[in-house]
Parts: sequence; structure tokens; C-alpha cells
Amino acid sequence: MKVRYILPAFEVLRDESKCVNCRLCERECANGVHSFDSERGRMIANDAKCVDCHRCVCTCPTGALKIAETKDVYRSNANWSRAAIDEIYRQAESGGVLLSSMGNPDTYPEFWNRLLINASQVTNPPIDPLREPMETQVRLGSGRVKIERDENGRLKTALPPQLELQVPVMFSAMSYGSVSYNVHAALARAAKELGIYYNTGEGGLHRDLYGYGDHTIVQVASGRFGVFREYLDAAAAIEIKMGQGAKPGIGGHLPAAKITPAVARTRMIPEGSDAISPAPHHDIYSIEDLRQLVMSVKEATGCRKPVIVKVAAVHNIEAIASGIARSGADVIAIDGFRGGTGAAPTRIRDNVGIPVELALARVDDRLREEGVRDNVSIVVGGSIRSSADMLKAIALGADACYIGTAALISLGCHLCRSCHTGICNWGIATQIPDLVARLDPDEGARRLVNLVTAWKHELEEMMGCMGINSVEALRGNRLMLRGIGMTESELRLLGVKPAGESM
Amino acid sequence: MKINANGYTAKKLNIMIGRSNDESIEIEGVIGQRYIGTALSGKILEIEGAPGNALGAFLDGAKIELFGNAQEATGDTMNAGEIVIHGNAGDATGYAMRGGEIFIEGDVGYRCGIHMKAYRGNSPAIVIGGKAGSFLGEYQAGGTIVVLGDGRAGGAVAGYFCGTGMHGGEIWLRSQDAPAALPEQVKTERVKGVPSNVEMLIKKWCAKFGKEAINYTGDEFLKLSPDDANPYKRLYTPN
Repeated sequence: MKVRYILPAFEVLRDESKCVNCRLCERECANGVHSFDSERGRMIANDAKCVDCHRCVCTCPTGALKIAETKDVYRSNANWSRAAIDEIYRQAESGGVLLSSMGNPDTYPEFWNRLLINASQVTNPPIDPLREPMETQVRLGSGRVKIERDENGRLKTALPPQLELQVPVMFSAMSYGSVSYNVHAALARAAKELGIYYNTGEGGLHRDLYGYGDHTIVQVASGRFGVFREYLDAAAAIEIKMGQGAKPGIGGHLPAAKITPAVARTRMIPEGSDAISPAPHHDIYSIEDLRQLVMSVKEATGCRKPVIVKVAAVHNIEAIASGIARSGADVIAIDGFRGGTGAAPTRIRDNVGIPVELALARVDDRLREEGVRDNVSIVVGGSIRSSADMLKAIALGADACYIGTAALISLGCHLCRSCHTGICNWGIATQIPDLVARLDPDEGARRLVNLVTAWKHELEEMMGCMGINSVEALRGNRLMLRGIGMTESELRLLGVKPAGESM
Repeated sequence: MKINANGYTAKKLNIMIGRSNDESIEIEGVIGQRYIGTALSGKILEIEGAPGNALGAFLDGAKIELFGNAQEATGDTMNAGEIVIHGNAGDATGYAMRGGEIFIEGDVGYRCGIHMKAYRGNSPAIVIGGKAGSFLGEYQAGGTIVVLGDGRAGGAVAGYFCGTGMHGGEIWLRSQDAPAALPEQVKTERVKGVPSNVEMLIKKWCAKFGKEAINYTGDEFLKLSPDDANPYKRLYTPN
């Protein structure tokens, strides 16, 4: 007798009084949950296959469906959660390393929600962004340059290359392969329209998207997928990925199932074999080695493009950032431990790294102390969920933010965290043509533009209420923040005063 | 065109190379300049001296012939072209190359040919006359690495952990002894003589360094290849 150890986590609830047997749910669910029972003349569901992506719920024309977490429970135990037990069953069955997707979902403390923003009252009036000009434009790159002029007052110094953003937010690295072509197309169009940038991730740049190069950051990772001269030439900036928040110390592994001919062509790899990009760059063992890659990339592009070095937020991030600021890089990107991914070993995703808030505050402090803060800009990602998170990040010291998960959610992602299966009913983390076609790049771009435009308005309003009229004046302005419900050491690390304490 | 590199930075050298109308450029007196010939195409460089790291990085079709030893990261992410080294080469030679050929008269350091991958019609190749250090061909996903062990009395011609993470391509070692600590997913075959593609590479190498191909091609080789294109899929279980 075959015993099922792992029981379905979700229940498909169908309101029979509303269901009209149109079978749309059956067609929409690539996981094969729904089917029509012709004998009994009604729809049935296989709960075990459901991943709770809500595609069927959102498309059901009569609103007959709901997905609920199962009411079936193991004997309650504050120490042994259902997930902990199920994971043991999975490993006992397979002997495998657990693989998960998207960001760390566990109940760790986070700090964005414990930071409060200041507002002007009476003495220093707020600014109405509808009436007064508000500057949200920022420039990313090295500001470390000695300005020299000739006798006519003309600039003699060659200025370092910079990125100009109309809003201090960019779409973070998500590779073609892990996400679909239509996701990349939507990100590229939106970035262009918004005057910001999207990041290709490490999977190369599809030929059809070279036209968006001025709004594209291309990534160079340990596997060097799709990296060649034209790729570097096409981009506005080049990012060297040393690490990512979801899996610090771990590299990418795109399973062969997601490697279609077009993905293989873009990554410049053989079809049918896995794309493995291990954790270390095997040519980088020191800051000097990193500098060599930074300089190679600059040399390959005539030193016309800023180079970003992306690292995960880890315990020693201060010293690492201090090294990067001296490596010739123009921008440091720090990815917090909540950062998302298409696939990461569960244990790494859920246990490795530190919150980006702490990493950011410490790095900003350290670089200032050492007098090298102007060498680089700082971009942070790893679960920026709203314009308030973005504003707080800037006030803690960031120049701009990366958003990945938030961008995918705006495209319809319901955070079911099944990207690693290669089946995504929303057409995002899949390469199956029928599913990819569900995401219209134009509609996707429109939604992304809406999201960032809304955040821009909110940023302006929040800055206005603080009496600040430019992002520049907000950056590193930690006096505008107060901590609530934090320990002394958390306040010290973040460099903010407790709520209630005056200026 | 002939350049004496003495006193020039690598940046200046690359600008001079780029601006030159000559197809063929000789550079002498090279003393540690890095990044020479980065992403270069359509030119032939003859270099004398001791270039620094990252010679011919992102090379895109140019030919580089070096009379001297190469340092680290020669031919990093090379796309097309040819690098010939009359001497030894340092660590991470041919990192992630996906096209073109590198011929080395002597030995290479650690991590040669890591991440090498084939792509459509391109199949990169590295031929090493002497011996290779540890981690040769790690994560190799395509292409061919040949180690001739020229002038060696016996023993393995590559160091430890050869082919770890290998999931494509081939490594040919002219030796009867397998390198130490070979990973599980790499299978080894003893082959007497080599197939035509490898023979062609050895002949090219011989032509460049004045050797007789017949002294190599008929010998016993150890062929290393992965046992599966996705050797790690069994490692994971969806959660």
C-alpha cells in the first residue's frame, strides 16, 4: 500500500451554485488541478497539484473558485511546523537538496516597518508637490573627480560615466530563462518610458531587445552567459554579479527544462544542458582580482559605461563594500536576504545573509568614515515593497533602489513561489509558449509604468510632507527617520534615534 | 606598425592599437601592461615581453601571438580569434571562452578552461603543450581542452579536481594516469590515438611550435567527459 506522507497544502473550493462548467479553469491551470468529470457532469479538482497561484480564481468568469490553505492539520506543535515536517518527508523520499523560489518568506524581524518618517509642522512648512517643483532625478556613478578648468573656464576633466534616473528605482536582475521573454520585453519598454533602467540578469540579452540598450544594465556573472563585445557595447551600464540576496555564496542553476533554443541562443550555451554558474567567479579571490574584472570590462567598452558590482548583504558587508569602493566600480548594489530568485536551495534562501536595512546603514557609515562614499553610488534591493520602503532606504543612505519581486507582482505574479518548476500560469517564470503568451508585454509595460509613476507621486508627497524637495537632500538624511520597537543595538546599527526623541 | 610599449599604459596601448589602420601590429618591450587587446577584432598582434593579466579578454576575432609568458586570465570570455603563447600561461587561462583557440607551448596554471562552453557553430579549444594545474576544465560546458604533457616522463598531466562540475565538452590528456580527485560525474576512457578534431588541434599546435604531430597523435590519451548533460538534476527536490 502506497502511503502519501505529504498531504495537499491547499484546498480548491468550488461554489457549485456558481460554477457553469465552462472549463476555463481547466485550460488556465497548467498544473493540471481542474478537470471535468463527464460521468457526474461537473468540475473536479486535484488539490495535491495546486500551488496556490490563483490563476483559476482570477480568471473564473462566475467567481466560483477560492483557494484556501488546507484545514487539515498535523497535531499542533509550536516547534515542529507543518513546513518543517513536510520538508523532512520530501527529503526522506528523494534524498535531494530542497529547492525554493522567490524571497525568504519566514518570520524574521524586518526594519522598514519599524522606521517612521518625519513631517514638517508650523516652523518648517511642508511642500505641496502639486504646486512646487520636486526633484526625483538621481545620477548613479562615481562622483570622485577633481574638477579642473582651462583658462576659458572649460572643463578639462573627463567626467566619469553616470546613469541618469528620473525616479530612484530600477528593475533588478532577472535573467531571460528564469523569466520569460515577455517579462523582459515589458521591463525594457517600461524602463524606457520611465527614464530608468532594467537589468538583464545573467542570461544574456535577447537580440530583439538591443534597441532598448540605453535603458539596459547587462550582467556579467561567473558563468559569463551571453557576455561578448556587442552585449557589453549595447548596454548603458554593466553589472558584475558577485552575489545575490536569495542565495549568497551560491550561484545560478537554470535547469535544462527551462533552456529553450532561444534561451540557449541568448545565453550562448548548448541546448539541453543545464546552465550552471557557480558561486565564485573562479578568477576573483580578492579585491585586486575584482578590480581586474572591473577594469577588463571598462577596457572592453572604452571606459564609457559605469560598472556596478552586486553583492549580497552578509555579516562582513562593510569591509566588502569598502573594498568595492576602491575597485574602480562606480556603483555598489547590495541585495538583502529577502531578495527573490527563480530557484535557490531553501536552506540558503531562508538562513543566509542579513536584512538590507542594516547592511545599507552600515555600509553608508563605513564609506563615509573612510572618506570614499563619493567613489560610488549605492543601490539596494531585497524586498523594497513600496514607495515608503524606497524613501526609507534613501534616507538611510541609498542612492536608488532595485525592485524585482514588486515588478513581477505588478505583472500578475501571485507569489506562489513555484518558479523553479518552470510552470507559471501567469506567463512569468516559464518558457512554455502557451503560458508565456498570457503575459502581454504592452499591458505589462503599462502596469510597470503605472506602478513606478504611482511610487514617484508618493515619494514626492512624502518628501513634501518632510519639507524636502529633492531626493538629493533626502539621501542619508537619517534625522528624518525614527525607530520604533527596536533594541538599542538595532538603533545604533541603523544610526537612527528612537521615536519620541527630538532632533 | 611597431610600438615600443615602454612607458605606455595599457589604456594608451589599446587606443593606439584601435586607431592604427594596419592590420598587423608588433608591440615590443611590454612590461606588465594589462588588458592588451581587450575585445579586439580584425587585427593581428605580435607581442614581445611580459604582458600583464587579462591579455586578449573578450577577444572577438583578433589573433595574438605572444613571445614570452602570459599571466593570469588570458583570453577571459573570449568569443573568437586565436591566442598563441610561446611560453607558459598563468591561472584562469581561457575562462568561459566560447569560441576561438588558445595554443600554449608550455604549462598553464590553475583553473584553465573553467566554464568553457560551445555555442552553435563555435567550439572553443585550448591546447597545452606542457602540464595543467589543478581545477582544469571545471564547469566545462563545451569545447575541447588538450594537454600534451610534452617532455614529461609520466604521471598525470593535470592537477587536482579536474572537471569538477563539468557538464559538456571534452578534455584530452596525453597520459595514462588520471588526475587525482576526479569527480564522480566525469567519466574516463583510455583511447589510443585521437579523433580527427583533436588531431587537427594537435597539428595546429605542432605547426606553431615546430613539433612533429606524429609524435603525439598516435599516443595513448585519457578522454574525460561528463556522464550526463545535467549531472546535478538529481541533487535537488522541489519544495
